[in-house]
Amino acid sequence: MGGYILGRILAAIPVMGFVALFVFLLLRLTPGDPAAIIAGDAATPEQLELIREKLGLNEALHVQFFTWIGRLLQGDFGTSLLSGKPVAELIAARLEPTISLALTTITLSIIIAVPLGVIAAWKQGTLIDRFVMALSVLGFSVPIFVIGYVMISVFALDLKWLPVQGFKPIGEGFGPFAERIALPTLTLTLLYIALIARITRTSMLEILGEDYVRTAHAKGLKERQVLMRHALRNCAVPIVTVIGIGFALIISGVVVTESVFNLPGIGRLTVDAVLARDYPVIQAVILLASLIYVVINLVIDILYVFLDPRIRYA
Amino acid sequence: MSGETLAAAPARPPRFAALRRIFAGSPLVAGASILLLLIAIAAILAPLLAPHDPMRLSPATRLKPPSDEFLLGTDAFGRDLFSRVIYGARISLIVGIGAAVAAVFLGLVIGLAAGFFRRLDAILMRIVDGLMAIPNILLAIAIVALSGASLWTVLVAITIPEVPRVVRLVRSVVLSAREEPYVEAAIAAGSSTWRILVRHLLPNTVAPLIVQGTYICASAILVEAILSFLGAGISPEIPTWGNIMAEGRIYFQINPGIILWPGLVVSITILAINLVGDAVRDALDPRMAKRGIDR
Repeated sequence: MGGYILGRILAAIPVMGFVALFVFLLLRLTPGDPAAIIAGDAATPEQLELIREKLGLNEALHVQFFTWIGRLLQGDFGTSLLSGKPVAELIAARLEPTISLALTTITLSIIIAVPLGVIAAWKQGTLIDRFVMALSVLGFSVPIFVIGYVMISVFALDLKWLPVQGFKPIGEGFGPFAERIALPTLTLTLLYIALIARITRTSMLEILGEDYVRTAHAKGLKERQVLMRHALRNCAVPIVTVIGIGFALIISGVVVTESVFNLPGIGRLTVDAVLARDYPVIQAVILLASLIYVVINLVIDILYVFLDPRIRYA
Repeated sequence: MSGETLAAAPARPPRFAALRRIFAGSPLVAGASILLLLIAIAAILAPLLAPHDPMRLSPATRLKPPSDEFLLGTDAFGRDLFSRVIYGARISLIVGIGAAVAAVFLGLVIGLAAGFFRRLDAILMRIVDGLMAIPNILLAIAIVALSGASLWTVLVAITIPEVPRVVRLVRSVVLSAREEPYVEAAIAAGSSTWRILVRHLLPNTVAPLIVQGTYICASAILVEAILSFLGAGISPEIPTWGNIMAEGRIYFQINPGIILWPGLVVSITILAINLVGDAVRDALDPRMAKRGIDR
């Protein structure tokens, strides 16, 4: 078991190493002078030289890479070209809205999607099953910002139940926080529910066809016991896996949702950085997002040990 | 090479019979296919079908509600929304089909190599894992931000994040197929590596790749809309569905149609592609075939 966990941790390191290498090379491999790309068309030669100096573009490629990695490991993500502030500081200031949105979304989605998927599989072919399937196809087909604007138009503009946009930290009271995070959460949740409910349904269907489920039925267990004790427990691994993989979806979704609802989070920071070509910020956000993704999937790999005893002996 | 692949093709007509059956059997899928056909025709014949010039600015008709002259109303520059949505189909379809073809081709080549050559495999799969750890929208906007907004850049930016998934798919197909007796027999008979790859392994990937290709097409249209919406897409004066919606953001409270109409069109298009993809998957999935309506 210890060996398995150690193995998973070791496997995550080259993945992050490659992400860092890729993010590093992206700026260098793009055709044209990176400094000119960042500075834009109106830059003077002095400005270009300043940017080259700042990014260390004058040194050899491998020197640049290892200096950069060394700084990263010390928590130095560089300085923003736009504001001149340290990137780590900029990101820290934007964390709360993003973390709030991600956590509320994941929690709400799991609470809704897992039961939906289980019921859909249990009542396969009925109206509720079709509803869940339709919901999951829709979730993959409607762009998230369109869902967001439909939410705004219905709940904020027509019904006037909730504010249109904005964010209040939870420190300023739960009420104002909740009423502003509600619509973004609902929007992003729809996407995530689509994914989780679909996988839950598929794995549940597979397991409901297993012999031990038939045995459980045959020995006279109640329907609910069969579902919860025998079927759902065996679904845990695929469900948890898709929650982890789907986390990439959440990160992408957060960027878009924050723009729609004007939340001052990492997503907005990224979009503003892209428009201003503030590459150190973009670089840092990609690294951070990938790191979170890798760590979450690592945690999930380790969770398997507890969810599925068979893995301990593998 | 093409001669050999072509020669392999006539061996499998039953699958296409199954395909036809699926399309005829489900009115929803048939409807989706017809819809996609109509959208494709609209895109090709846009200059004939659009009632107005999609680029013509006309300050006198700013933000008009839908009327007989402007079916969906006008945007903030007085341009006809309906005409712009029709023209928008062009970019979306180019991006969708282009990204699907490019990602499938690249993924096929890399996946075949990874599945067949053990030593390459270890390196290639680490790269694939790394790429898959980067959220696709972030990766795409970083590429566009660096290379400037053009149709090409957007295509590249959308294609790159899709390739790793194709590689994994092709690799898994190859890994299971190379254990098959006919591949072992071919190796034993002294067939060249190239011949084994093209003649014996490649045909196994065709069915799953068709399905994956349709999903990539849907996802590419979605990502293009998101990129344009975030301001990291094709330059704003070109009518794409994402660009039209991006311009509608500030005017949402005055004319929500600028976002909602293209939003509806893009959603229906992606929905239709996904439905067709699901139907094709069901038709080509060997497990479904084994349960067997047609053999």
